Amino acid sequence: MPHHWIPNSSYDIRKKMLEYVGVKDVLDFFNDVPEKLILKEPLKVGYGRPLTEYEVKRVFNNVISKNKLPPIPSFIGGGVCHHYVPSVVKAILSRSEFYTAYTPYQPEIAQGLLQAFFEYQSVMAELYGVDIVNASMYNGSTAAAEAVLMSSRVTKRKKVLISKAVHPEVRDVIKTWCFGAGLEVIEVNYDVSTGETDLKDFESKLSNDVAASLIQSPNFFGVIETKMRRFIDVTHNAGALAIVYSNPIALGVFEAPGALGADIVVGDTQALGNGLNYGGPSAGVLGIKEDKELLRQLPGRLIGMTKTVDGVEKGYMMILQTREQHIRRERATSNITTNSALEAVASVVYIALLGAEGLRRLGEAILGRTEYLIRRLRSVKDIVAPLFANGLYFREVSFKVVGKDLSEVLKKLASEGIYVGPQLSRFYEELPNCSLACVTEVHTLEDIDTLVSKLSEVLGGG
Amino acid sequence: MTYRQAKWGEPIIFELSKESKQSFIIDDMFKEYANEALSKIPEDLRRKSALKIPNLSEVEVVRHFTRLTQMAYGVDVGPVPLGSCTMKYNPKVSEELANDQRVTELHPYQDEETAQGILEIMYLMQRWLAEITGTDECSLQPPAGASGEFTGALIIKKYHIDHGMHYKNEMIVPDAAHGSNPASSAMAGFKVVKIPTDSDGETDINALKAALSERTAGLMLTNPNTLGIFESKILDIADAIHERKAFLYYDGANLNGIIGVVRPGDMGFDIIHLNLHKTFAAPHGGGGPGAGVVCVKKELKEYLPTPIVDYDGRKYFFRYDLSKTIGRVSWFYGNITPIVKSFVYLASLGPAIREVAEISVLNTNYLLKKLANLKGISLIYGEGRWRKHEFVVSFDKLRKETGVNAEDVAKSLLDRGIHAPTIYFPLIVPEAHMIEVTETETLENLDLIADAYKEIVEKAYVNPEELKKAPKNTSVGRLDAIVANHPNTLAPTYKHVLARK
Repeated sequence: MPHHWIPNSSYDIRKKMLEYVGVKDVLDFFNDVPEKLILKEPLKVGYGRPLTEYEVKRVFNNVISKNKLPPIPSFIGGGVCHHYVPSVVKAILSRSEFYTAYTPYQPEIAQGLLQAFFEYQSVMAELYGVDIVNASMYNGSTAAAEAVLMSSRVTKRKKVLISKAVHPEVRDVIKTWCFGAGLEVIEVNYDVSTGETDLKDFESKLSNDVAASLIQSPNFFGVIETKMRRFIDVTHNAGALAIVYSNPIALGVFEAPGALGADIVVGDTQALGNGLNYGGPSAGVLGIKEDKELLRQLPGRLIGMTKTVDGVEKGYMMILQTREQHIRRERATSNITTNSALEAVASVVYIALLGAEGLRRLGEAILGRTEYLIRRLRSVKDIVAPLFANGLYFREVSFKVVGKDLSEVLKKLASEGIYVGPQLSRFYEELPNCSLACVTEVHTLEDIDTLVSKLSEVLGGG
Repeated sequence: MTYRQAKWGEPIIFELSKESKQSFIIDDMFKEYANEALSKIPEDLRRKSALKIPNLSEVEVVRHFTRLTQMAYGVDVGPVPLGSCTMKYNPKVSEELANDQRVTELHPYQDEETAQGILEIMYLMQRWLAEITGTDECSLQPPAGASGEFTGALIIKKYHIDHGMHYKNEMIVPDAAHGSNPASSAMAGFKVVKIPTDSDGETDINALKAALSERTAGLMLTNPNTLGIFESKILDIADAIHERKAFLYYDGANLNGIIGVVRPGDMGFDIIHLNLHKTFAAPHGGGGPGAGVVCVKKELKEYLPTPIVDYDGRKYFFRYDLSKTIGRVSWFYGNITPIVKSFVYLASLGPAIREVAEISVLNTNYLLKKLANLKGISLIYGEGRWRKHEFVVSFDKLRKETGVNAEDVAKSLLDRGIHAPTIYFPLIVPEAHMIEVTETETLENLDLIADAYKEIVEKAYVNPEELKKAPKNTSVGRLDAIVANHPNTLAPTYKHVLARK
């Protein structure tokens, strides 16, 4: 059955080609496949027959209309939030010279792509305050897992210290990866009054056989880790590497983790023009300070500037490929091949569009909304906000509902078009009836007022 | 075909503009609250020095990146016959639909009741891909093929440990395998045992049998293999592996040559990963994002990463209760955008998916026949065997006779407006070109590629020096890998460029 995506499936062309090759039937090419394995029936995939483009759109629309979006932007947090994706980012990402390209193994014909990656590496290094950032990991969770594995290769130690205030799914991913690598994960408690990582617990669990520590700021509760320098210093005193996970959208306002002394920085680009997409894809940021051993163990692709062989012109190409799987195989620094190239491009377009000034203003815009949300939540009877009274918050705020079942409250809110979550008990048994709420540049004063008034309505009424 | 790529000499973004412009506007409605919050942040945590990122106007940003796209080359520009990469045409309808707001603005933690559409898509994809692979259940979580391999290797590891077979610590990998296979095995803690390819281009089954022991945890195999040859003794291989209580792992990178004709599950494979960005037409994105689905036989279902999507006859929901799960390999539920694109692709083709394998194999053998007898080209492995999705030719003879090597030929293809195939891979073929044209290339383009090769090898015997100077028609000429990689000239960021000046 000919199909328009398969040009040579037309009867005449197929016949002509078969004649040239000298076989009667396409199935002759499969004469080395054990006969009993050849499928006799068509596969049961799709909707029983090929669909026309207008049919497939209709089918898709029927399915996708079962997804519901709230009338005002969602307040759901949990590591990813509703951020604005500028039209410019969408326009550049729809350029098919980029999105239909392969990894630039032939650099001369892929200079534009390579330059965009080089610029991504450069702006991310600037934002995170480190010297080298690779061309991306899959997302923040795998960037963190790669950083942990890398720290073990560098230090030849087998334990890692991870704060419980780090995104629970990031911790889950790290644990899975560590099962493979044979590393032990030790979790550090958080301080119930601040929501920050507990320094005392951290120090008591740190020893000179620990490869690295991982702290996230702002952490999963939305709280800024104010003792970051101290965590990094004590980690270094134990001869371990300090890995810091930060949200790039906060770094227009907050000090770069590299400047605070982190050896390895990680993060996720969802907030930088990537959209939500039900959780992915985004790009994972992985950066290091300039250090021979760290660089030798760095996973993933890296782009560098070079010259043409005649020395006349500048150009870009992939560098230090001997770390990678296609050359080093089982001794590679990682198995990563496909990364998140297009999301990395989205981030650099986004950052270029905002500039230093825009990034600072954006950070302040989010900080201001966070402050406003906390104040308004505080005014609601039966809400404890913020949950960790002495914490400083950015973008996400934890709060507790008293006297009513939070699941019911959130369901009621959702039915009124206000999406809030996730519940903290999903990840922290010890924090029942608590939730996160996230505010970003897309939320207006009226949006936040609506959230708070609906919330108090739901709590007050019956 | 004459080809001349754009050449803009585009400055690095940091040097784009001398003047500071009004960049993208962000409101300051919450200024006073922001100031209040800022005053509470300890001094050492506030950014002290301004970011060294220029403030550009919108038009400058758009022109900069548009110019960069003009110095790139994808499937929409012309043929990209990269072997084992399956660079097929990416249907525009998939792009349009995946950009629907009801996908792009969907939050991973919103109530499942409000995400029934995407869950239905995920559920159907799990079903369809299980049907295509001949398995029982799939996880869509791994964000790429290599991540799928790692997932599979962890499943094998956990299964053996759970069954008291801690000593099973060896993964067998053929020498022709993709590099990610041994790398993924090593990440899962396995010792990699390499086995050779026989002259027929298949995994050497005697060497395989000799390598088997009680320590064998599994065999990672791709079928058709990287030479494009079907492993005809696959049923024997599967028996030998299973007799040792080991698992047979299928690297799905090469599925395009057999999809709809024969299923890995029927061949005896226990765990399979698929690359949606290869076989299922999601775009490669210049290197990513991908989506690597892992499918398993019933016996291993409980080991899959969680959550998977299930359906109770009324609604779709996530299941987190797989009793032996290896845990999460990545956060949330996978790379949804490519999953949606592949859903649209499969919904469009339906049972016609078999056409994909048939025509990709026809295209492969057509082009191979056109190239096989060219001067300086040889096959090395599997003379007389039909290829499936791809084939590998060697320019070793050409190099010896003219000095023109596989790289020179590749760069000369670029000059003719054709992207080069995968070169110097698999490692067992000297001066290799690994060519995969997929089912979406036209007959005219296959002839064009064949003509380009013919012209290049003929020129090699007459004027090899000219080919050594290729490419000339791309944005830049051949680049210096030594300058790029030398510690004294290494420049992975703009800061390094400035420091080197």
